[in-house]
Parts: sequence; C-alpha cells; structure tokens
Amino acid sequence: MEKHIHTPINDETVAELHAGDYVYLTGTVYTARDAAHKRLYEALQKGEEIPLELKDNIIYYLGPSPAREGQVIGSAGPTTSSRMDKYTPLLLEKGLKGMIGKGKRSDAVKDAMEKYNAVYFAAIGGAGALLSKCIKKAEVIAYEDLGTEAIRKLEVENLPVIVVIDKYKKDLYIRQ
Amino acid sequence: MRTITTDMIIQNIKEMCIEANYELSPDVKGKLFDAADQEENPLGEQILSQLKENLQIAKDDQIPICQDTGMAVVFLKIGQDVHIEGMNLEDAVNEGIRQGYTEGYLRKSVVADPIERVNTKDNTPGIIHYEIVPGDQLDITVAPKGFGSENMSRVCMLKPADGIEGVKEAVLETVKLAGPNACPPVVVGVGVGGTFEKCALLAKKALTRDLNSHNKIPYVAQLEDELLTKINQLDIGPGGLGGKTTALGVNVEVYPTHIAGMPVAINMCCHVNRHAHRVI
Repeated sequence: MEKHIHTPINDETVAELHAGDYVYLTGTVYTARDAAHKRLYEALQKGEEIPLELKDNIIYYLGPSPAREGQVIGSAGPTTSSRMDKYTPLLLEKGLKGMIGKGKRSDAVKDAMEKYNAVYFAAIGGAGALLSKCIKKAEVIAYEDLGTEAIRKLEVENLPVIVVIDKYKKDLYIRQ
Repeated sequence: MRTITTDMIIQNIKEMCIEANYELSPDVKGKLFDAADQEENPLGEQILSQLKENLQIAKDDQIPICQDTGMAVVFLKIGQDVHIEGMNLEDAVNEGIRQGYTEGYLRKSVVADPIERVNTKDNTPGIIHYEIVPGDQLDITVAPKGFGSENMSRVCMLKPADGIEGVKEAVLETVKLAGPNACPPVVVGVGVGGTFEKCALLAKKALTRDLNSHNKIPYVAQLEDELLTKINQLDIGPGGLGGKTTALGVNVEVYPTHIAGMPVAINMCCHVNRHAHRVI
C-alpha cells in the first residue's frame, strides 16, 4: 500500500505500517552511521546528554558525498544497516521510532522494535543521486569532526522508502 | 624506452576517479537497462527503473551515482620499456586519487588505521596493484569499490575433491548470505586457484572485465553462464525484495594452483560496478 507519512512519528503511525508498504516520508530525519552510532551509544551508556532528540524521530543510515555549490547535499543513499545492530536496541529503548537503511537486521533489533514500537524502512541502495533530490535542507548538528559520518538534520520531502520490517516482526527480506 | 611523467599519471588518475563515479561503463549500464526491461516482479521492476533514473540524474546533475564513492583500487600494467619520470610512482597515484576525490566532490571514506579509525579526509591511500608487462605503454584501471558489497565477499579454501560443484556451492552460498546487503542486482567476481591472496586478486580483476565478455576457457565460460542463471533463480531480486534480477553478471578467472588446494574467492559488487580504463 502507498502511504504518505509526516515525521516525527508516534506509536499509532508505527502500528499502522506493515512490511511491504511503500512510504513517502516528509519532515525531519537525522543521519547517523557507524562512527556516530558508536559515540551516541557510549554517551548514553555513561548517562551523558546526546546531541539529538531520539523520541519519535527517525535516523537515516547515511554518509553523503559532499555538496557542490548550489546543491543541498551530494549523493545520499542508504548504507548497510546491520553494522548499526549492536547499538540499535539501546537507541530504540530511548525512544527512536524509525530507521532508514538497507539490508538485514538482527533478531535483537527486531525484538527491540517489537518491544519499543519501531519501524525499519529500506531506501534503494545505490540510488544516491535520485534520493538526494528529496532532501531540501541539510545541516550538520553534531560530531562535525567525523566528516561524512557527522550527524546531520535533514528536511526531506516525499523520500521514497519501503517498510521492510514492521513492529510485528514481519520481515520482507524473508520470503520462504 | 618511452618516458611517461608522473604529472600525466596524476592527471589521468584524477580524471578516472571522477569519471568512474559519475557514469557507469556501457556494459554495466546495458545490463541494468536489459534487466529493467525483463524484470516481472512489480517492486523489482520499479526499483530497476529508479536505478535507471538515478544514472540519468547522476550524469545530468553531476551527483555521484552512489554516495559510497569507494576506496580507489588502481591496477597499473607498466610496460617494461617505460621510464617513469618525476616523483615516486605510489605517491603520484595517491596524488591523483587525492585530487580526483577532492575536486570531484567524491566522499572521503578511508580511515588511516583499521582500529583507530581516523578519516584521512582525502580518500588516500588507494589500493594499488602493479604488474610489469611487455611494451612501452602504461595501462591504468581505476575501480572505486564500495564497501556494502565488499563486506559480503568471501575467500573459501576448498579441497581438490570439492571440484567444480564445490565452486558453484561456494558462489551461490555467498550470494545468498549477501542477500539485500550487497545492493542487488550485483555483479559477482570469482577467482579460482592460485594461493590465498592470488584468488582474491583474480576475483577483484574479474569485476573489471566487460560484462558482455566470457572467459576464453570454454568450461569457465560455461560456468559463468550457469552461475548467472542459478543466482537469478534465488529470488533475491532488486533491493533484495524479490524478482529474477539478482545479478547482472558473473565473471570467473582461474589460475594454476597447488596439488593440495583449490582456493576460491568471491568478490561481491553492487550494480554500481565502477571501472575506468585508459592506456597512456
């Protein structure tokens, strides 16, 4: 089913999303990948403040290429999500509602998604030029020293994604 | 004896890093377009048509095809009658990469140490493979390699008794395990024989061979066709969401090996299988 969703999202929205839904996302999403996840995780473990609000928000596993003059962002497709699996359950516990990436997730992530009501979307891997067109604003908000891996606040408009794992643990990658 | 300056090498490598990241070679592009015409799974068909559109946007608006603009793998075939003049050759190659990734708005994805992980901020060093060949030319291939697929690659030290069936099993199992992670439709490079490191290099080189070509050895050419057919029956499909387009091509290279062994390397690559080639 085709759906248009505005971010941030709440438990009710998550409950209505099912594996296989084709979703157009509009609103704020945050980028974070390997190095930013490690820092967020370590800060949360120590009980320190983190530079973004997780509650009801969506993280896009993305490290963009640099923008040219006049462009908002460079190429901006998803990276492989499973590398974030180690850190994800804690972020979900702290209120993260959605993730955009590509590829499989661990059972621990799926369990945490069920427990804390969250959804996992896939964007098309290797379509970074196309996806960049849906990003209307991009601003580095933390960990600037990480370069492409810094945390960015993005404003997206009709970003095309597919619900791959829903909060009911249905996984579109498993098709036997 | 012919003289080639390192300035020429820097300029060519710089241009090739940029070229490879903005436009696919005709063979890879052609296979992707053919697959888009043939895919029957509705979601798979939609994804392939978006990948076609992505290539057009990349070219028209000068946005890299994929944000992972890769670690630069460079193959240099140096004619033995070539005299290289200027700076140290390795430094020249890395200077070409540095200029290409900086001036070409390409992502800097390299960390200086695998454990400490501090970004070098200019995508150097590259991975350079040198070969000395007859002649007075320098043959350069630049193949920026993305790591979503690189991470799903494997080396299997098979036994001679495993035979060709063992090779097929190893390849199919690797593609299955990679599933959606390697950004299907994929290109699969396979190296069989040699030693532990030689088969991996063969697999990497196989990815740079034209997808419309076959290995010159008849049984290996047949193996390429058979593997492609079987991989496309796995129903992984575009984006891993089902369909008959799981791979755009399978290239296999073989090499003499030891009486006790049969190393097999499978180098996975996404549909953004980039390689630029020049002879100077």
